[in-house]
Amino acid sequence: MKLSNLRPGRLQKAPEFFLTKDVLATKGDDRRSFLRKAFIAAGGAASAVAAPNLLAQTAAASAGDPAILNLPAHSKGLGAPVAAKGYGTPSKYEENLQRRESPGLTRVGAASVSFAPLQGFFGIITPSGLHFERHHQGFWDIDPRDHRFMVMGFVKNPKVYTMDDLMRLPSISRMYFIECGANTGMEWGNVAVPTVQYTHGMLSCCEYTGVPLKWLLDDCGIDLKNAKYILAEGADGSGMTRTINLKNALDDVMVAYGMNGEMLRPENGYPLRLVVPGVQGVSWVKYLRRIEVGDKPFGAKDEVIHYVDLMPDGTHRQYTSIQEVKSVITTPSGGQVLLDKGYYNVTGIAWSGRGKIRRVEVSVDGGKNWQNARLETPVLDKCLTRFNFDWTWTGGDAILQSRATDSTGHVQPTMTQLRAKRGTRSIYHNNAIQSWLVSANGEVSNVQVA
Amino acid sequence: MFKLPNCRTSLVIGFLSCLLAAIAAFNARAQTPGRPATPAEIKAWDIDVRPDFKGLPAGSGSVAKGQQVWEAQCESCHGAFGESNEVFTPIVGHTTKADMKAGRVAALARDSVPQRTTLMKLSELSTLWDYINRAMPWNAPKTLSTEEVYAVTAYILHLGDIVPAEFVLSDKNIRDVQAMLPNRNGKVSKQFMWDVAGKPDVQGSQCQVNCDPKVELTSRLPDYARNAHGNLADQMRLIGGVRGADTTKPAPSSFAGAVARVSALESKPKLNEGNTPNPAKLAQQHACLACHGVDNKMVGPSLKDIHAKYKTAKDAATLLAAKIKAGGSGVWGAIPMPAQAHVPDADIRAMAEWIAKGEFK
Repeated sequence: MKLSNLRPGRLQKAPEFFLTKDVLATKGDDRRSFLRKAFIAAGGAASAVAAPNLLAQTAAASAGDPAILNLPAHSKGLGAPVAAKGYGTPSKYEENLQRRESPGLTRVGAASVSFAPLQGFFGIITPSGLHFERHHQGFWDIDPRDHRFMVMGFVKNPKVYTMDDLMRLPSISRMYFIECGANTGMEWGNVAVPTVQYTHGMLSCCEYTGVPLKWLLDDCGIDLKNAKYILAEGADGSGMTRTINLKNALDDVMVAYGMNGEMLRPENGYPLRLVVPGVQGVSWVKYLRRIEVGDKPFGAKDEVIHYVDLMPDGTHRQYTSIQEVKSVITTPSGGQVLLDKGYYNVTGIAWSGRGKIRRVEVSVDGGKNWQNARLETPVLDKCLTRFNFDWTWTGGDAILQSRATDSTGHVQPTMTQLRAKRGTRSIYHNNAIQSWLVSANGEVSNVQVA
Repeated sequence: MFKLPNCRTSLVIGFLSCLLAAIAAFNARAQTPGRPATPAEIKAWDIDVRPDFKGLPAGSGSVAKGQQVWEAQCESCHGAFGESNEVFTPIVGHTTKADMKAGRVAALARDSVPQRTTLMKLSELSTLWDYINRAMPWNAPKTLSTEEVYAVTAYILHLGDIVPAEFVLSDKNIRDVQAMLPNRNGKVSKQFMWDVAGKPDVQGSQCQVNCDPKVELTSRLPDYARNAHGNLADQMRLIGGVRGADTTKPAPSSFAGAVARVSALESKPKLNEGNTPNPAKLAQQHACLACHGVDNKMVGPSLKDIHAKYKTAKDAATLLAAKIKAGGSGVWGAIPMPAQAHVPDADIRAMAEWIAKGEFK
């Protein structure tokens, strides 16, 4: 097999599709017995050409792989019934993939962040239970029957909506990424954390369902002569507030109750949150209770004290909202060990708060040379895009990097380029190219290069 | 709210039906869900105070009153002088009289200050007032009176040496104090990351071939930090082309793929065994750790201190379970611990036994 020709999607057909018309015409027990024979034959063939791994090699010395020769309990017993779990949970063998805190980052769990295990995700959608968390004063499971949403300020008719009201309105569903402005913030000065979960895990991507904010603003008769800014406010203890650009508010901002086909999770703002595509997560106000239309910025705590980017001259950039073009390789990535030399599918994600991903390039030599990666569909506005790249690891040192370009032509910078302009103390908006060192021992580690 | 149909059509019939649809849409508009907000409802929720002090309620509060509120409700987290770094980052420190004159905090341009304090960053006094009013104290937000919010704001300004001890902050003089804030001129607010059409300040390279011939490693995790985030073998999937590195051991000197594969096969996932609850998880789940650190004193005493105090008590677990359930005050200080009657007895028992045993790691 030529590695350079290897493409994904070459699925082996299921055995049923090899059945001839004659076999299909036989009925009941005859057909089952044919299938049984077919599987036994296939099993024998498979063990004969088993992959050259350690177990198979051991097995080859005897009659074959015990995983094939000794039928397991699940092949010889009765499984669990339907509805044994009224709400399904992942396999117990997936328990390693958890949201995790970064030790020492914060001191209070109710004002902290948990990182999503990006190293284990496929495609672009984040499973709801593994969505990253950021709480400013703890999270709540709010009774949706008592939740109210108010639109006031520069509108002709200030209104109150119940969840019943909002869910009666025509809805839209859209996929967007959400990234905390401080994602990768620990890496401004030097390498600080070991895996992609901690470097980039304040990132998730879901399908949201709700009502465009513009519809609600129109419904209340927004006074476009005076309206310049929007304030969004949460109902939790922190009373989270953020100023939203009017242009965004009238474009793609949503008042959302749905996430990945179900209601929002309590950790993510049940029953109502603002979705501000392309803008940092802090603006996606959870437990959304109020929208005020105003004519000046509101200067909230997270616009004056936090979420301000410190520049080398000591000034702070304020209202830094847009998440700029960025990408990261999720496998192979920091903290992983490659099992064999040979072919690897280098895979990762790319995103931009300014639009679509146009191109992702991968370098395996620390940025000397770059090649285009394959972008997997769908490629959507302000949404994660999955990329894949064929690579053969020959056993030596390699430095893997990815570099994204968005539809505005903005190219993801290196750490050096970013620091030259913004220094090392900004905390927020680090969209630098990530480097993973593959060492000869097979271990992958987080490094920075210049 | 519903868009009127597009009526740009040359056909008269088309235009007529379009007009009818428009009228229907207009009539439907009057019946959209939702109802008018009453003035009292708007007043109840419209609590934000803007940098130009729009929304600030009339009132005042003294530094002296602020000190009383501070000592009762703020000091346990923020320290007597707003300097504490125990629970949250410090509020006060590293601002000077010269900064007050310039409106720029000089220390922000240096690397010498370990952490930025709130007063170093604060450019809008409204923000401090608004945040205390909406979100403080930490475990009982929105319970301070307007006078108390003015007073605590005044006390913080006094701790920062911005106003004198006898100062009374009010809606009448708050603009004068704004004009004294050490970092009032320290922000740039109109920039490219506010607008989706903004022009980025840093652009990457598009070079593809032999771009940067010298590749030097400039930073990597030190060996002693190898296991600082826990064993990475337990944080990666058990199948696929890669495994998690076993960070409880030093990095192997030669290729370790086969070893990693076998150790992952041998390691069983840590499943919840039987019905024994994990007390550390329960303490997290029931938000006990929001006020009690394992090692450090926060709003309440640390779990280690509680263990030390009760480890020799007769049937310490039962005693602690009763205390958790009923709450109380006076043992560790004036701040009361609320009753935890909503937490299931089995969970309280498991956590009480855990604290009594003192095996936190």
